[in-house]
Amino acid sequence: MQEYFSLFGLPERFAIDPAQLEVAYRNVQAQVHPDRFAHRPEAERRVAMQWATLANEAFRTLKNPLARARYLLSRRGVEIDAERNNGMSHAFLMQQMEWRESVEEAADDAEALQRLERDLARDERVMLDDVKHAIDEEVDLVQASELVRRLMFMEKLRREIDEALALLEN
Amino acid sequence: MALLQLSEPGESPDPHQQRLAVGIDLGTTNSLVATIRHAVPECLAGDGCGIILPSVVRYQKDGSTIVGQAALAAQTIDPRNTIASVKRLMGRGLADADAGMRGRYDLVDTGDMVRINTVAGQRTPVEVSSEILRVLRERAEASLGDELVGAVITVPAYFDDAQRQATKDAARLAGLNVLRLLNEPTAAAIAYGLDEGAEGIYAVYDLGGGTFDFSILRLSRGVFEVMATSGDSSLGGDDFDEALAAWLHKKASGVDLDCSKSRALLVEARRVKEALTLSAECVARVPVAADGIKDVTITLGEFHELTQALVERTLQPVRKALRDAALKVADIQAVVLVGGATRMPHVRSAVAKMFGREPYTDIDPDKVVAIGAAIQANVLAGNRRPGEDWLLLDVIPLSLGLEMMGGLTEKIIPRNSTIPVSKAQDFTTYKDGQSAMAIHVVQGERELVQDCRSLARFELRGIPPMPAGGARIRVTFQVDADGLLSVSAREQTTGVESHVTVKPSYGLSDDEITGMLKAGFEHAAEDMQARALREQQVEAERLIEAARQALIEDAGLLSSNEQAGIEAAIKRLGELNLGNDHLAIKAGIDALSASTGELAARRMDKAIRQALTGNRIDALPL
Repeated sequence: MQEYFSLFGLPERFAIDPAQLEVAYRNVQAQVHPDRFAHRPEAERRVAMQWATLANEAFRTLKNPLARARYLLSRRGVEIDAERNNGMSHAFLMQQMEWRESVEEAADDAEALQRLERDLARDERVMLDDVKHAIDEEVDLVQASELVRRLMFMEKLRREIDEALALLEN
Repeated sequence: MALLQLSEPGESPDPHQQRLAVGIDLGTTNSLVATIRHAVPECLAGDGCGIILPSVVRYQKDGSTIVGQAALAAQTIDPRNTIASVKRLMGRGLADADAGMRGRYDLVDTGDMVRINTVAGQRTPVEVSSEILRVLRERAEASLGDELVGAVITVPAYFDDAQRQATKDAARLAGLNVLRLLNEPTAAAIAYGLDEGAEGIYAVYDLGGGTFDFSILRLSRGVFEVMATSGDSSLGGDDFDEALAAWLHKKASGVDLDCSKSRALLVEARRVKEALTLSAECVARVPVAADGIKDVTITLGEFHELTQALVERTLQPVRKALRDAALKVADIQAVVLVGGATRMPHVRSAVAKMFGREPYTDIDPDKVVAIGAAIQANVLAGNRRPGEDWLLLDVIPLSLGLEMMGGLTEKIIPRNSTIPVSKAQDFTTYKDGQSAMAIHVVQGERELVQDCRSLARFELRGIPPMPAGGARIRVTFQVDADGLLSVSAREQTTGVESHVTVKPSYGLSDDEITGMLKAGFEHAAEDMQARALREQQVEAERLIEAARQALIEDAGLLSSNEQAGIEAAIKRLGELNLGNDHLAIKAGIDALSASTGELAARRMDKAIRQALTGNRIDALPL
């Protein structure tokens, strides 16, 4: 299978220039999108759909920092099991519980939910910086996967906050 | 306004070289066909009628049909056999049909897609729609003087897989080659975006006769990127008519009406609704059971009050799309109004209030979708001119998932994913020696399978006996650029495979389509053989031309053996194409396709490598 970074002509590292990624993605799609092949024979249409599908998946993965980190780790043989909670520090497990409680308590208070969302986003930014350090510089994959597991939990929590906010809006 | 001068005068492609393609807006209330002529988009008029074809089909005893204005006029005299708003039934079972449609027609529950009992026999919504499309195809061919290479058909962005598949089947039945199913708001954005050279984030609010769509698009450097889409595929102008009809009926009499009278009431309600876009008050001539007509005066204020809840219902999807795109109202540069129902003043003011600015209505909201589709069709047919290099990136409107234990949905592809998109998921057996696994594909956002739309069920058989949890079954979803899904499943350790193009629970089988096609051709006294031959000949010519061109450009990518193989296949197909055996030509086409498959893949690799070189150059600081 075609590797995502090389598809877009980018170096395989966590730190990425989003503008450069986007330009590369558009250039690739401009070549392979099925709309360019709608009048061409079936074989070419099929190849176009496969490439365009790959380009979309690669772009989606590399654009999102967490997905990008998981992809880089998996390229290095570290698969992260979303369900597995052990190995997380006691402190983080406690923090998880606190966050959950805060979300439940704030369920009908849009402002409190938004505040939680902002706090969460701030913590995530800090942790992503640590991920960058752990993957690109230290090359400490154990540390990186621990951070990624925490970030996955936080992303899930943020989705729950989003859903609670959506419910309030309607 | 001067619409879309797509090329300078004198620069336009030779009309004889242009491949004829059209865009079709297959609407709930009205349908249109448009094309690009002399580099300008143009809606085509029918013989003796305007550009708008009412989406109404009347079935007669002898099996013949009347489509359009004449059928519209016959609504009240032959209400049961005169089908309007059939789009509301596309890809739907009886249980999903709305009360209005159920009351007006004799709908038959057949377990899958609903059928309509008419004087000419039972008809599926696909067949009714194909009658409309056929008239538009004939109109285009008469107007352009030749056969069409293909058509882009628009669908509501919020149409699910079953509704899209039904639309594509209808086009096939009408003898149209579908180049693409295009989302209606996206079509509108193309028409506006290319016309105005727009850049930035735009929203399209599209309230049609029977469907509501809301899409947010980012336009930048020739790329139309749909960021989020949402809507309600059973909310439209029709619902305003029905609310108004109910109100008028209650005011006038409240006594039950027969079929013909209640259809007349609905027709009058629509007239009043339209009149109220221009004046503040209107006298409705309401049919009543016993003694003909009773006059009821209605003010604009009363109309707004009784339909305000419908307007509010459109704002929920608006908020959802903003949330999905992680945008605020202030991020939206402009809102474009599409669809005849956006002419209602309270709809306009609700949109203006929500976005804090006046919406755009520069291009006729009735025509804008057909025009956008025509622009897209022209490009897809291969008439792209140098420099015309815009690109469209659309999304899937509803999440796709699988049924899990306990009737829960497992989402596989989330809504608003850019298409084409594919996802694979592994499953395992839960019993020792389990030899088959049922797969149920659903579409929707809800947790419970019963609240989502069932798209397809199929079974993977022949799993070799293994202990529970031993088998590894990979299910792959592929959504193509039309937003249509195909699913395949494969047992990883043994390679047992099962593939289905999702012929949805509410769709038609290939056999049914073939049967209808045959019946249709017989009915139209067309020679099916001749048509099939002509189609294969055109396809063969196209393929030979493409293969020759590829050999000229990229012979270097092939070994001399491979090249000789392709040349032999070209020669063979050329010879077959002189004969009149369409099956033999088809076989020759398949052979040449097979021998050029590898070349196609290598050419694509090369194109991507070139694109990446371009990318590095772009990225250099100048």
